[in-house]
Amino acid sequence: MKILVPIKRVVDYNVKVRVRADGSGVDLANVKMSMNPFDEIAVEEAIRLKEAGVATEIVAVSIGVKQAQETLRTALAMGADRAILIVAADDVHTDIEPLAVAKLLKAVIEAEAPGLVIAGKQAIDNDMNATGQMLAALLGWSQATFASEVKVEGDIAVVTREVDGGLQTISVKLPAIVTADLRLNEPRYASLPNIMKAKKKPLDEKTAADYGVDVSPRLEVVKTSEPASRSAGEMVPDVDTLVAKLKDKGLV
Amino acid sequence: MAVLLLAEVTDGALALDATAKAVAAASKLGDVTVLAAGASAAAAGEEAAKIAGVAKVLVAEDASLGHRLAEPTAALIAGLASDYEHIVAPATTDAKNVLPRVAALLDVMVISDVSGVVDGNTFERPIYAGNAIQTVKSNDAKKVVSFRTASFDAAGDGGSASVETISAAANPGLSEWVEDKVAASDRPELTSAGIVVSGGRGVGSEEDFKLIENLADKLGAAVGASRAAVDSGYAPNDWQVGQTGKVVAPDLYVAIGISGAIQHLAGMKDSKVIVAINKDEEAPIFQVADFGLVADLFDAVPALTEKLG
Repeated sequence: MKILVPIKRVVDYNVKVRVRADGSGVDLANVKMSMNPFDEIAVEEAIRLKEAGVATEIVAVSIGVKQAQETLRTALAMGADRAILIVAADDVHTDIEPLAVAKLLKAVIEAEAPGLVIAGKQAIDNDMNATGQMLAALLGWSQATFASEVKVEGDIAVVTREVDGGLQTISVKLPAIVTADLRLNEPRYASLPNIMKAKKKPLDEKTAADYGVDVSPRLEVVKTSEPASRSAGEMVPDVDTLVAKLKDKGLV
Repeated sequence: MAVLLLAEVTDGALALDATAKAVAAASKLGDVTVLAAGASAAAAGEEAAKIAGVAKVLVAEDASLGHRLAEPTAALIAGLASDYEHIVAPATTDAKNVLPRVAALLDVMVISDVSGVVDGNTFERPIYAGNAIQTVKSNDAKKVVSFRTASFDAAGDGGSASVETISAAANPGLSEWVEDKVAASDRPELTSAGIVVSGGRGVGSEEDFKLIENLADKLGAAVGASRAAVDSGYAPNDWQVGQTGKVVAPDLYVAIGISGAIQHLAGMKDSKVIVAINKDEEAPIFQVADFGLVADLFDAVPALTEKLG
């Protein structure tokens, strides 16, 4: 079975982003970019399924600017077999919406015919949490979101999901879309020899037009602003003072 | 202009707080029709009809809608969509599972975790773990929206909407429920609690997390946790507060042994009053805390619990 893993190049999760003063967006010039953390978990899960003999080939796909090929090389260094880059934006500040990404992925999937797609549950930049579900809808496939455990058993996958209030286990017919939650696994680091080997693995470069998909946004960004800042707090010297302050405010 | 709102129904019971908050947000858009779907949903539908601002309730009961599987639920909603300009829900895991699927079936974008409604087409939502607020205007004919419940006050009771029973859509038969592992809790639900007491890595062990729970019980509070505490096994996953866990905005949030990483702050920085107890005076949590106490939590928390008695 072939597994397809969509990955996204996003601002590194440790970076404290800055909103541009003119409200046009978040400043991404000269900011460290990395693979979306949930996508690392998705890649790791695909590799583990290959190591367990369930998967035969892992194809990583990324959509965005040309520089996303660095992110794909990271996936190849972790253990993906080959990569497809779909260049759909000239500027790092252009975020292709989940609906357009899902349509592009659908076209790739129709050409590649994977048995399973493992995506991250959300990208830490737009925080949408939508692409996997949209892709499942467009393909008419089953979906298993927020997965913390995946077991492939013949033509079904048994997936434990992290839901409000606990865990839910469902079984889905393959082919299916699974989206990875934090608890699914601990992603491996790419070793230096594997990073070198990854440079020789195949990476196909395509454009959105190759797939006939219109990537123009449905949502127009009117403005981007700083969240309301909190007024400065005060430090209290001891527990008694803290209790007095909270009682004073009627909170306890 | 009509709004279809997917009620949060769990095992036949309505999650009143989440649904009422979404009703309050949706009322700004037009007449609200609530859809209660499930293997049993009639009681939840009756309860939803009493929420102020609800014009009508649709009840869809079918075995295929049990356990809120995405495929049959999305098919049901997409089948009803022609009568509505807005399709909305509280941003729970159920809605995050179903709504994007509905949106793609309708060939429109989804607008996730909306924290403010500007007008019928324009919405505010946090991005980058809440470090920026984006205002987006939808050019789609239908708007599919999930509401961040922590940003809205719950609609009151006193409604008397009519209730109509409808049939489920054909089950695509792509998925089956196997089992639930529900964490039993007598405490208030995390996302609707007035007070939340959270513990982090500093708590050190599952046993010592009892300190956090004792304080929470004294205050009638819900218990939260940072990712570090969950990953270390001190607390269950569904207690996690943050970008990838739950988003809360209680009157009082007490962060104990939590450094205050960006991803944690994303889930709690809209709390009205934040108290931080940490032995590291440089911890970033003190930058958002209204009251900060630099102290060893193993001394401070038992003392605090006792003095609040």
